[in-house]
Order: sequence, then C-alpha cells, then structure tokens
Amino acid sequence: MTTVVALPVIIPLLAGAVSLALWQSRLAQRAIGVIGTLALMWVSVDLLLATWREGILVMHMGNWQAPFGIVLVSDMLGAIMVVLTAIIGLAVAVYSLSGVSARHEHFGYYPLMHLLLAGVNGAFLTGDIFNLYVWFEVMLVASFALLILGGERAQMEGAIKYVTLNLLSSVLLLSGIGLLYGLTGTLNMADLAVKLDDVDDPGIITVIAMLFMVSFGIKAAAFPFFFWLPASYHTPLVAVSALFAGLLTKVGVYALFRVFTLIFDQDVGYTHTLLLWMAGLTMLTGVLGAAAQFEIRRILSFHIISQIGYMILGLALFTPLAIVGGVFYIMHHIIVKANLFLVSGVVHRLKGTHELKKLGGLYRTHPWLGVLFMVPALSLAGLPPLSGFFAKFILIRAGVEVEAWWIVGVALLVGLLTLYSMIKIWAEVFWKAQPDGGDGQAAAVSGQGGGLWLMVLPIVGLALMTLFIGLYGQPIYLLAERAAHEMLNPALYIEAVLGGRTT
Amino acid sequence: METLMAFAVGGLYAAAVYMILRRSIVKLVIGLILLSNAANLLIFTAAGMDRGLPPLVPEGALVPDGPVADPLAQALILTAIVIGFGVLAFAVVLIHRAYEVVGADDMDQMKDTDT
Repeated sequence: MTTVVALPVIIPLLAGAVSLALWQSRLAQRAIGVIGTLALMWVSVDLLLATWREGILVMHMGNWQAPFGIVLVSDMLGAIMVVLTAIIGLAVAVYSLSGVSARHEHFGYYPLMHLLLAGVNGAFLTGDIFNLYVWFEVMLVASFALLILGGERAQMEGAIKYVTLNLLSSVLLLSGIGLLYGLTGTLNMADLAVKLDDVDDPGIITVIAMLFMVSFGIKAAAFPFFFWLPASYHTPLVAVSALFAGLLTKVGVYALFRVFTLIFDQDVGYTHTLLLWMAGLTMLTGVLGAAAQFEIRRILSFHIISQIGYMILGLALFTPLAIVGGVFYIMHHIIVKANLFLVSGVVHRLKGTHELKKLGGLYRTHPWLGVLFMVPALSLAGLPPLSGFFAKFILIRAGVEVEAWWIVGVALLVGLLTLYSMIKIWAEVFWKAQPDGGDGQAAAVSGQGGGLWLMVLPIVGLALMTLFIGLYGQPIYLLAERAAHEMLNPALYIEAVLGGRTT
Repeated sequence: METLMAFAVGGLYAAAVYMILRRSIVKLVIGLILLSNAANLLIFTAAGMDRGLPPLVPEGALVPDGPVADPLAQALILTAIVIGFGVLAFAVVLIHRAYEVVGADDMDQMKDTDT
C-alpha cells in the first residue's frame, strides 16, 4: 500500500481540475477549495503517520523499478513538509472564503491555488532529480499567475523580476541536471548518490554542486540571490502572499537539504563552509533590510529572507543537532510566517492600508487582534515559550557545540533585530494613536465584505499551533530528529529506493 | 563535434546573460529564450553525441545489439522544451501587459516595488 505516497499530489491536482471544470460557479469553487485542502490534510497526516511507523515509503511509478522508473519517496523530511503544506493550504483556503474578492475568484484563484499545492507537494515527494525540476516548474507557473492576479501596476513590475530570476534559477538547475546526467547516466537521486561516489574527479562534482547551490539559493531567497523576493511578495493578494511566504522559499530550502545531504556530501568542507557564509549573510541582510521598511508586508518579506538564513545555518553546520534544528526551524517558520501575513491581511481589511505611518490605534478597537499578532511575532523573534524560541535554541546550541562563535553571535544579534522589527510593527499599528485621516476606508478595499471571522479563524488555528509547538515541543522534536537521522544516513534512503541493488 | 557544441552553448549563455541585463523588457525575454535553448543544448551535449545508432531492439530480441544512442537525454530535452515554451509564452504575455500598464519598455521605470 504505497499509493498513499502519491495522494498528496493527486488530490490537489484533482481538486484543481474539478474547480476548473466548475469555472462558472464561485460557490462550488470555494467549497472545493476547503474540501480539497481538508482532504489533503487528511492524506498528508496519514502519510506522516505511515512514514513514522514503517520508515521510508517508496512508490515506483507505473511499477518501473528504480533507478529506471520515476519514484515518489516519502521520508520523514518529505512527509513533514507535505503536512505543513496541507496546514498552510487549509488555512489559506478558509481565509480566502472571505479574503479574496469575487473579481479575483473569476480569474481562477482557486484552480491556481490547488495547482500550486500540487507542485509543492510533488517537489517534496519526488525521488528523481529531473522530476524535481518539473515540479518546480508546475509550482512556478501557478505562482506566476497567482502573483499577477488583479493586474495592478505594482504586480506587473514585481512579476517581471520574479519571473526572470526564477526562470534563471530553473535554467541553472536544468544545466546542473544535464551535467549530472552526462557524468553518471542516471537521474534517480538515490542512484546518483551511489554513482557519484565512484566518480574520481572531485572538481567537476563541486562545479555541479555549485550550480545546484546557486539555483536553489535563488529559489530559497538566500544571500546574494534574494532580490526578487522583496520586489514581489508585497504586491499580490494577502492570501497569495501568505501562501508564497509559507511555502515557496521553503521548497528551495528543502531542495538544499535534500541535495546537500544525499547527493553532494563528498566535499563537505568546501560546500558547507560556503553555505555557512551564505546563511550568516542571509540572516544579516534580511533583518537589516526589514529594519529600513515601513510597510507591514515589506517588513515581513525581508524577514522571510533572514529566517531562511537560520534554516540554511542548520544545514551548513552539518551536525546531527544542527540538522534537527534546521528541520524544527522550517516547521516553526512556515506556520508563523504565513500567520503573520494573514494578520496583515486582517489589518488591511480593517484599515485599508499596510503603511505603518497611516495605521494606529488598533489595540484600542481590536485588542484580540493585537494578541493574535503578538503570538506569531514574538515567536518569530524567538521569545519563550513560543515555537521560535526552541527552534533558535536548538540551532544556537548546535553552533556552540562546534564552537562556531561568529555565526552564533550573528544568529543571536539577528534574533534581537527581529524583535526590534516586530515591536516596531506592534507600536505603529496597534499601540500609537490613530493618525488623522487614515481611518474610514475600511472593508471597501477588500471588496468582498464577507465575515471577518472566516479570516480570523485560520489565524487563531495557526497561533494555537505555534503555542502548541512551544509548550509541547517534544513530539515535534522527535519528528525533526528522525528526519535528521535519515538525512545524515543517506544509506537508509538509498536502501529504501534501490532495495539493496546498486546497478 | 563536442568541442564545437561546447562553444555554441557557451556563446548562447553569454548572449542570453547580455540580453537579460539590458534595460528593454523585450530584450529581457529574448535573453530568457536564448537561455532555455542553451540549457537544452547543454543536456544534448553532456549526454553524449552518438551518430547513427538508433536505440531500437531488433524483432525477436530482448536487447539491442551493439551500442546505441541514449534516448533519455532527448526525452529530457523534449520535456524541457515544452515547459520552457509554456513559461516563455507566459513571459511574453506578461511583458505585453507590463508595457500596457507602465507605458514604457524600460526596466528603469519599473522600480516602484524595489526598496
């Protein structure tokens, strides 16, 4: 029974197709949006449990055995990511019921959302490097269309940069895959890991590894490749921003984790030192960029970048504890970051703007929203007892253990600056008095005017998850530990996929 | 032949990067088109260039006799061409819309969303 591995890809594709067929009926599309993501949630949790019980699950597509056929592989890391995708998908689908206007729905918001989820899940589950490229493209095409939904000037300008740099990244990935295929004659990731060990030319492997690092670095928005992100993430619908912020860059991070633990572990001294510098500079530039911004979504966009640095830090230190920290950080970050964007959407609904200068006084009128903002915001900065504290704690502990003092210093400093940024939003949006002339254009902007509670419901849900990870982190830590164990022992993955054969 | 192809691929990459760095968004898209073709040619070259060795299994046999060309590389390129075609079609429409909205074919006038 390994069909369960394919279900997280099939269900969103199916939901997307059905909602495309029901193009005329907005009601049906919205119902399918929620039902489809609920079903996705069901099968992903099922997949996670099955992977936990039985170890790495492998599905040979069309029963063509690896390495000749394409495989879908669900190891712990992949299964965790799929569950997170489902959580964000469900949260955004519920949020969209009230947060996406009829005009956007008419342009095909729901089918595109399902397609994006399918692409993301495909990338997490595939065990074939060329297939990974294909899923990246599925995801990208859906994200292109979602990004320009609405057709405003800012969206067009942001989309040009987004599209260009992401296409560049795809081409670099394709070049890397081509060279890798020329070198080894295989595309199966497990088989690649085996065959690369026999290649006696470390130089060419490092060159190919660099192509992958740059390509995934662009996708993950790591330093110095992140410029497309702050130029585009604040332009689309808030629901789309939240979906992107939660998932897209993390696919790049996932790919880095996958490729640099499984395939390119020959010259760890070189590649992972480079990753360490990348991580440090990503953290710093991201948080400094955020400090200079005065628009909620721009601040949050820059914080995505700085948080990506922490995740790459986990990979770069390459000790068991550091990898656990990296995986834990991804879990914490996806939930928190998507939640912050959703909160910014509610602020926009209430006040009609994202500009800090025009906002204020929300704590007086909506104290509950202040609390809902504080949970993810303080978690992002890493205050106990929220999830971000443990994520940062594990990583910094790992850094201390290998005595990488400067990166520990950077990580702590960036945590402090993150707190500064979050307090800035808090003070400007919630605490200070409402400046003159900024009020009164409420709900009109969002267009729909549906129930506000539908927008708040997913925020409450995600905030509860943040609290849960913070207060009862042990099961989450165990999940991350198992994922790290599998990543640091690629033999497990290879054994599961190739079944002992090394042809 | 491989050497010649290597130079062709390198030339295409160089031309593509040059075009992407131009200010005009039409030239930007031309650059992207060159880039995706360069990658396809790279796969074609890297996977080995064999001439006149069709990968066909003779009737009644289970394996082809003698060495054959690798058909997988061409399958990869075909996939990449199709994906590239779709994405570039999107890019062409996008720059057309951007031109309509912004009113200029100039990246320097599209800096509003940068910081």
